[in-house]
Amino acid sequence: MEVGTAARQEAGEALSVEFREATKRYPGADRDAVERLSLEIPAGDICVLVGPSGCGKTTAMRMANRMVEITEGDIVIGDRSVRDRSPAELRREIGYVIQQIGLFPHRTIAQNIATVPGLIGWDRARAEARAIELLELIGLEPELGERYPAQLSGGQQQRVGVARALAANPGVMLMDEPFGAVDPINRERLQNEFLRLQADLGKTILFVTHDIDEAIKMGDRIAVMRIGGRLAQYATPAELLMAPADGFVEDFVGADRALKRLALMRVSDIDLWQAPLAHVGQATGEVRAKLHGAEVPYALAIDSERRPLGWLSDADLRQETVPARPDTSPDPVLDERDVMRDALSDLLQAETRYAPVVDGEGRIAGVLSVEIISEFLTSDEALTEEHSAAERPLG
Amino acid sequence: MVGALVSVVPLAQGDGFFRERDEADCVQSNDTVCLDWALDNADRYVSPTLEHLLLVGVSVAAGLVIALGLSVLSHRRRWLMPAFLATTGVIYTIPSIALFLLLLPISGRGTTTALIALTLYTLQIIYRNIVTGLANVPDAAKDAGRGMGMTDRQLFWRVEMPLAVPEIIAGLRIATVSTVAIATLAVFAGAGGLGDVIYTEGVQAGVFKTAIVVGSAIAIAMAIAFDVVYIGAQRLLSPWRQVRPV
Repeated sequence: MEVGTAARQEAGEALSVEFREATKRYPGADRDAVERLSLEIPAGDICVLVGPSGCGKTTAMRMANRMVEITEGDIVIGDRSVRDRSPAELRREIGYVIQQIGLFPHRTIAQNIATVPGLIGWDRARAEARAIELLELIGLEPELGERYPAQLSGGQQQRVGVARALAANPGVMLMDEPFGAVDPINRERLQNEFLRLQADLGKTILFVTHDIDEAIKMGDRIAVMRIGGRLAQYATPAELLMAPADGFVEDFVGADRALKRLALMRVSDIDLWQAPLAHVGQATGEVRAKLHGAEVPYALAIDSERRPLGWLSDADLRQETVPARPDTSPDPVLDERDVMRDALSDLLQAETRYAPVVDGEGRIAGVLSVEIISEFLTSDEALTEEHSAAERPLG
Repeated sequence: MVGALVSVVPLAQGDGFFRERDEADCVQSNDTVCLDWALDNADRYVSPTLEHLLLVGVSVAAGLVIALGLSVLSHRRRWLMPAFLATTGVIYTIPSIALFLLLLPISGRGTTTALIALTLYTLQIIYRNIVTGLANVPDAAKDAGRGMGMTDRQLFWRVEMPLAVPEIIAGLRIATVSTVAIATLAVFAGAGGLGDVIYTEGVQAGVFKTAIVVGSAIAIAMAIAFDVVYIGAQRLLSPWRQVRPV
């Protein structure tokens, strides 16, 4: 049976959001603030609108809940046009988080969180229970519910702002620079917390920022906008970094885009090379034979648990059998769960060409080199190998 | 009821003034204040004080209601605001005695005239404070309220008005103190009050310093008492202002 948008909204299920040539022109302005913007955001994805200030990204976001009226075109949430809805009713179904937070100073934290439940007629007990549940979800003591906003730190207030937006379990959330007003350390913490939340909640999110690094970190998809509200590129973070559509996007993502790409992935995400493995006590003749035509021209000694012991030098290989203590230490030993950018940094710092990569139990999984990384970055694989924002390594 | 209060004002009673022997000297020589005499004759101040309270209470309350009405109107239609500010401002500049006398032919002699004039005077202060209070509501709170789906009316009564309460009470404090003072002139509209003590008793039948001092002292005490009540109301109505920020 077909389930309508209203019913799915009721259940807090994420809905798709589609901009269809949505245009905003302010009266008296000589150009559009947002020009024929078309975007499809699949249900459950985070779409980041990013661009320089004045590019219309916030205006575009606010068109989705009719805080800004659409001049031409349409925005469809689920299968209903926002133009067919009463603005107040529409907004109650869409979470709303802004940079200045906008907590009501005269209401307690719990009352602030229960704002939308109050507007849609939940009874007091249910709204209060929901407020406490959300306080726990965002990692705040339930006792804080009785305090006033002025009694909370900036970071705590920002968390409450997110909790308030989640209160009536909306399927879609609008977030306008939600972490813009907090210091860098807290911002990173809030971003990570939010991504962990999103991994469970799976909301459809329109997220506005001017910070390309935040966009890359938070976005499943990124819409880069340029002045005049025109879409410059709409792509996944990897595509954006590896194949910027034009000079504007290339400048905007920055000269270090390859490194940014590496920050999005783990070592296990690329195909590692294999070094000839040598068990302790094995005849060196066998090892020397394996070295011919091997991907990695050095042999790696491993113990009975397949843990790397070190690289075998020519002197080691001239012995009868593989020694338990090879001449060259295996360091740096990388973990396959490491963020690729950190692994590259380790490789460069240690001034080694090859580093063994181990799995969670310390067993050899392969070998990483600067060469492998640079080959990966120039391959098509770099474009397609991708995690959702919530599954990505948290840098 | 107001009329009844006015009719029982004990006016200077000729020889009756000088009944008490010990205090008579003080009164006779018209010292700055004859405290013993005033205490012995305390009952003669009760009615003027109650009348005064009534004048102040009713006119400030009426002023608040009207100013709230004006602010609701001008909140929806911004162009009304300068007009309201100018009008209430002009009224405020009319000398009070002149206003009482101007109103006499319209509303007659008595409490009604006094209340109309006093109420008009409160509008300027109360309305301007409500406007300021509403203007000081953080834009972010308004944007968040609207963005979460509050209608304009819900936003006004649930967010903007409550947040303006401290400024509104500050306006009421000033309006009340000034009304306590201006109401002493209501005697010229025939509305009694402490003006009866200060003017009728203290000035009209020859200067009687004690009446002037006692009448003024009661007015001052009344103004202070109102202020204390407002401070209490402030704490009660805006608990979020009492908390210690981090």
